[in-house]
Amino acid sequence: MTLAAASPGFLSPTGVEVAFLLVGLVTLGAAVLSVTTRQLVHAALWLVVALGGLAVEYLLLTAEFIAWVQVLIYVGSVVVLLLFGLMLTKAPIGRSPDADSGNRPVALAVAVTAAAALVWVVTDAFRTTWIDLEGPARGSTGVTGEILFQHWVLPFEALSVLLLAALVGAIVLSRKKPEGERD
Amino acid sequence: MHLAYPAVLAALLFCVGLYGVLARRNAILVLMSVELMLNAVNLNLVAFDVWLRDALHSGQALTLFTIAVAAAEIGIGLAIVLMVHRNRGTSDVDRLRDTAEPRRGDGDTDSTDEKAEAAA
Repeated sequence: MTLAAASPGFLSPTGVEVAFLLVGLVTLGAAVLSVTTRQLVHAALWLVVALGGLAVEYLLLTAEFIAWVQVLIYVGSVVVLLLFGLMLTKAPIGRSPDADSGNRPVALAVAVTAAAALVWVVTDAFRTTWIDLEGPARGSTGVTGEILFQHWVLPFEALSVLLLAALVGAIVLSRKKPEGERD
Repeated sequence: MHLAYPAVLAALLFCVGLYGVLARRNAILVLMSVELMLNAVNLNLVAFDVWLRDALHSGQALTLFTIAVAAAEIGIGLAIVLMVHRNRGTSDVDRLRDTAEPRRGDGDTDSTDEKAEAAA
């Protein structure tokens, strides 16, 4: 889009960039801990930190509404659901030595390879791209609501049908079968 | 802000989730890793939406849809995991091998299982 000289360099970061970087490090560290810890409940709690950090990143990218939806749905309900699931499946409290399966080295190799390839491609492609965060917020609740109900009404309604189907499906799946009835 | 920061963070989060999906044994931990991958994609969508200044806000609308689909996914996934746990007494994904192909010489299944997993 522009030459490298035309966009601000990486050596003089703005305040938003510094904040983004710090929160990003916390988010990434929490995510790594969440997939490597051997205590199952701690994994869910580190997931809260990672998802909350992502909400802060959305705020820094001026997407306010998404940030609060993230806090409400992910931190508020998804993690609680996961914790309930851990408790209902009688997950062991404390360290469980068999939290990782046998193909851990292969998984590590695949993840590191994918990370190296993706980061290389992404930095090469977007080295000089600059996001202009000035001006009014791009994702305030008013803007998002107008767009959602003017241009995206049909997908929105389809999504509500999907949620209803998921609700019914979850109830059917987790219902106890009455005695004598076989499936 | 440089677009490289959110893009690289999203790529790294996605790979952390990928590692979790492949390496975890408990089905609920696998679901957590899937959530991490979905969130990485959401961060990408928001960053590119803010960069491109799309008049329709496609990125943010799609992010909201992804969040809703992820909520539905986690509900159904947990219901399935709970049903499997109720029927079989375990939620470890590598013990659910009913549809796996039978191996040649399946005498001592445990040791061959371990070897095959290490080789896989």
